[in-house]
Amino acid sequence: MIPVKFDYLAPSSVEEALAALGEHGDDAKIIAGGQSLLPVLRMRLNAPEVLIDLGGIDSLRGVRDDGDALVIGAMTTHHDVRDDPLVKEHALLLSKAAAEVADAQIRHRGTFGGALAHADPAGDLGAPALALGARFVIAGPGGTRTVEAADFFVDLFETAIGEDEILTEVRVPKHTGWGAHYEKFVRVAHQWPIVAVAATVRGSIDEARIGLTNMGSTPLRATATEAALAGASATEDGVRDAAALAAEGTAPPTDLNGAADYRQHLARVLTGRAVLKAAGA
Amino acid sequence: MTATQDRPAAEIGRDRRRKEDQRLITGRTRWTDNITLPGMLHLAMVRSPFAHADITSIDVSEAEAAPNVVAVLTGKDFGEELGVCINAWPITPDQKTPTHSPMPADRVAFAGEVVAVVVARSAAEARDAAELVDVDYAERPAVLGIKNALEDSILAHPDLGTNKSALWVFDSAEAGTGGDVEAAIEQARTDGILIEREYRQQRLIPAFMEPRSVVVDPTGEQITMWTATQVPHIVRFALAATTGVPESKIRVIAPDVGGGFGGKLQTTPEEWITWAVARRLGKPAKYTETRSESLMAGHHGRDQVQTLTLAADRDGNVTGFKVHLDADLGAYVALVGGGVPVLGAFMFNAIYKFPSYRFECQTVLTNSTWTDAYRGAGRPEATYAVERMMDELAAEVGVDPLEIRERNWITHEEFPFTTVAGLEYDSGNYEAATARAREVFGYDALRAEQRERRERGDRVQLGIGVSTFTEMCGLAPSRVLGSLDYGAGGWEHASVRMTPLGKVEVVTGTSAHGQGHETAFSQIVADLLGVPFEDVEVLHGDTQVAPKGLDTYGSRSLVVGGEALVRAADKVVEKAKVLAAHLLEASADDLEYAGGRFTVRGTDQGLAIQELATATFAGHNYPDGMELSLDADATYDPVNFNYPHGTHLCAMEVDTETGAVRMRKYTCCDDIGVIINPLIVAGQVHGGLVQGIAQALWEEAVHDESGTLVSGSFVDYLLPTSADTISFDVVHTDQPSVCTTNTLGTKGVGEAGTIASTPAVVNAVVDAVRHLGVDDIQMPCTPERVWRAIHAHDGDAPTPEAAMPHFDEGAPNQDEGAGQ
Repeated sequence: MIPVKFDYLAPSSVEEALAALGEHGDDAKIIAGGQSLLPVLRMRLNAPEVLIDLGGIDSLRGVRDDGDALVIGAMTTHHDVRDDPLVKEHALLLSKAAAEVADAQIRHRGTFGGALAHADPAGDLGAPALALGARFVIAGPGGTRTVEAADFFVDLFETAIGEDEILTEVRVPKHTGWGAHYEKFVRVAHQWPIVAVAATVRGSIDEARIGLTNMGSTPLRATATEAALAGASATEDGVRDAAALAAEGTAPPTDLNGAADYRQHLARVLTGRAVLKAAGA
Repeated sequence: MTATQDRPAAEIGRDRRRKEDQRLITGRTRWTDNITLPGMLHLAMVRSPFAHADITSIDVSEAEAAPNVVAVLTGKDFGEELGVCINAWPITPDQKTPTHSPMPADRVAFAGEVVAVVVARSAAEARDAAELVDVDYAERPAVLGIKNALEDSILAHPDLGTNKSALWVFDSAEAGTGGDVEAAIEQARTDGILIEREYRQQRLIPAFMEPRSVVVDPTGEQITMWTATQVPHIVRFALAATTGVPESKIRVIAPDVGGGFGGKLQTTPEEWITWAVARRLGKPAKYTETRSESLMAGHHGRDQVQTLTLAADRDGNVTGFKVHLDADLGAYVALVGGGVPVLGAFMFNAIYKFPSYRFECQTVLTNSTWTDAYRGAGRPEATYAVERMMDELAAEVGVDPLEIRERNWITHEEFPFTTVAGLEYDSGNYEAATARAREVFGYDALRAEQRERRERGDRVQLGIGVSTFTEMCGLAPSRVLGSLDYGAGGWEHASVRMTPLGKVEVVTGTSAHGQGHETAFSQIVADLLGVPFEDVEVLHGDTQVAPKGLDTYGSRSLVVGGEALVRAADKVVEKAKVLAAHLLEASADDLEYAGGRFTVRGTDQGLAIQELATATFAGHNYPDGMELSLDADATYDPVNFNYPHGTHLCAMEVDTETGAVRMRKYTCCDDIGVIINPLIVAGQVHGGLVQGIAQALWEEAVHDESGTLVSGSFVDYLLPTSADTISFDVVHTDQPSVCTTNTLGTKGVGEAGTIASTPAVVNAVVDAVRHLGVDDIQMPCTPERVWRAIHAHDGDAPTPEAAMPHFDEGAPNQDEGAGQ
């Protein structure tokens, strides 16, 4: 469990980090909280020559109110996202999902932006970010650009972030007063979700936004269910037919924890439960 | 008459916190990987990615040229000094046993086998250079899974001509211990009940906390090996026997060892390679495995297919039990190897008065990681089979599972009882343990809730599982082991040394790796010698300090090692008495011994044992003919196993929509005889329960069809944490069934929880959904398996092939390496 030797850089600003990235290119890897990267390095599944640590860049940390959106710094820890009063008020779904990430130790080290940039389809934050219509602010040599959630997640472990770019913050449109629930299905507590459903609803039910975790190579929206839920009543009967559409368009993996058809079944059941809990039913 | 009976026990029965825990938990201690010697070199292993392949060439030139690399060695570079890994328990005279070289030169037989070793000045440099070793393999077809192996079409070791290693049989009619099981089966077929099932014991990984590590220092007169092992004495014996170095030139030390669970009851290729490298280079060498290597190449456990036939009359009185096991040895017959399933042979009849019994065990070789002991070793498999079958019988007869057991169990008046497997159970009280467990569990209320949920058609169904286990532990009477062709005895050794200032050093041949021996043995000696608990030092795990012993496994340390200790302490007291009589100018017959003090009957004159120790050190005044020492040794060979038992009750909730299971309540009442330290016992029971529950629900080692370990990290090999378990009710009977064959009256507890809990959990899960047409769910009971079992009989089953007759070709979530 000894990684291949690497150099370590600790820039104190995004500009310095971008410069380092520009200098080392392919040989470099950004490290945020390190909760996914370090195991990869220690198992020698990857061997970058340079690690660029964003941990010393204070401007990347914290949550601020920016009118109709919250701005969450990429280096904000899961623990801080979970407990942030602004997040609880305006994007409750993110607080609920952050609370379910791995275990307490990892939540204190792992970061919001790091997890999203890692883009593990079984990660807990992609589906809620997608459901909330998050926008990803990416800094590069030519300045910053903003990418919609739907365009951010490209494939397994692949995002719209370019090799010379860094995710700096995530802008989350306010969903003030929306109910929310993250329904995560695991066999043991510290496991990646077999399937999870992120649901947030306005009223009961005027509008619903639903993200699916680990149901394809990227986080997915359960759009058919969302459409069917508009105007539905927040009762078991009221959501059943809509939830039955939740697996449409999904392509989940088959592994030791379940075959694809079982995961699709789970997505339908868990979507119903998540929506009801989000609606406070 | 022994010392314990002469005075009230002050320490025995007290829940002392473990004196060893601070250093073990903080890690500021002597773990093997913490040991650093001057000039020490570091090893990294190059391992085969293929399950079965010829090694056609190995190019080490690039690795040799890497920075600070001292040597790169392959199997061809070593001769006989490398030794071999031994099988100490050939279960039949004609057992097929492939030669197990620590580093084969020509052919690998499982993925993870070592083909080369890199020696460098740092562990990182060794690891870097290991990636530069270029090995050419010619892949051979690999045989994976018990049923494939039995077909003998692909051979794990072509030169053996078969994958079948040995067939071991016990038959009660032939042994004269019972009737003819075939006759009982015929009878049941005509006018009784016959239950036939095939159960799968999945492959498990011991997953001890401290990965294996070994340091060898060849520079002294004795070559010293520090190793994270349960069995330093066996390692020394095997090193001498296989490498040609005399025993007297070998010192093996098991320093603090972080868990074993049977996984460190082994003599490993890595130990042998490190030994050979250090000797070859004349320098100290260290090898510490990574977690990935540990999961892939440390021995695995369980892995059996159990074919079971239970015959009973219409009232549910069992008339015969026939057991056929097919057990996967993996690529080699490990140290105890085929002996593990054979240990179970004596336990399938459990606590019951079965009139006839037959046991067959066919061991097979496959191109997978070798298997050997894992906590319980043979007895969990037996207990699972019989306790699952008793629940099936209860369902068939239509009575409560506790009632069906009561109809068949040995009653407390019937002890000592000779079983159909030929063992004599000395004591037990199944009625008392069951009554207590039932009361604490709230059995009747939970049954009522179960009925109510069924009637309501609740989404969440409740099931209650029963496991009335017993086990044989305290390994083992040496003559019995001899009769089973085991390569060693089962005795244990202890020494008690009185220091000049009246402290006590206790030397035990057992080798703790987390059990708490230092605390429990100190309590025993404190009571026997009347010295403060703090004044007792327990020494172990070093062949120079504790030259004799047979180490720790099979719940033997207290019941065998503890008895040796009692006998040594008794000898100290006898010796001290002679000196006391002399110094007190009294007749030995007039002395009373209590609380570590000899007094002259009827006077206030007396001497404490510490004072006698000082007097012995001085040697100024002692009787003629007395050897000037109070120290004593004792070797104890047990006359019988002992037989702890208990009733475990488990309530599981099953979400019928998702198949998710949740433990609601778990109560166990274990009768383990006299308890030395209730806190340590509670710890053993809690940990044991979780390990057994984990087999029922979470853990499974899976090789794919090419022989790669799919569950090769803790991402896929699911170990539970405290977040996944509930608080268990751990209780004991008010009047324990004291063991009659040791002085302290103790029975083993190290494996009890693991042996008992697995069937309790699976019985509960099956019980929750039995009304939906389910009578079995394969372990681990994953949500998917539970869900498919529930819906197997639906008109619109989710997938047609999900109808879950086990081991069918392509059965969902089936361990492909095992069941086909």
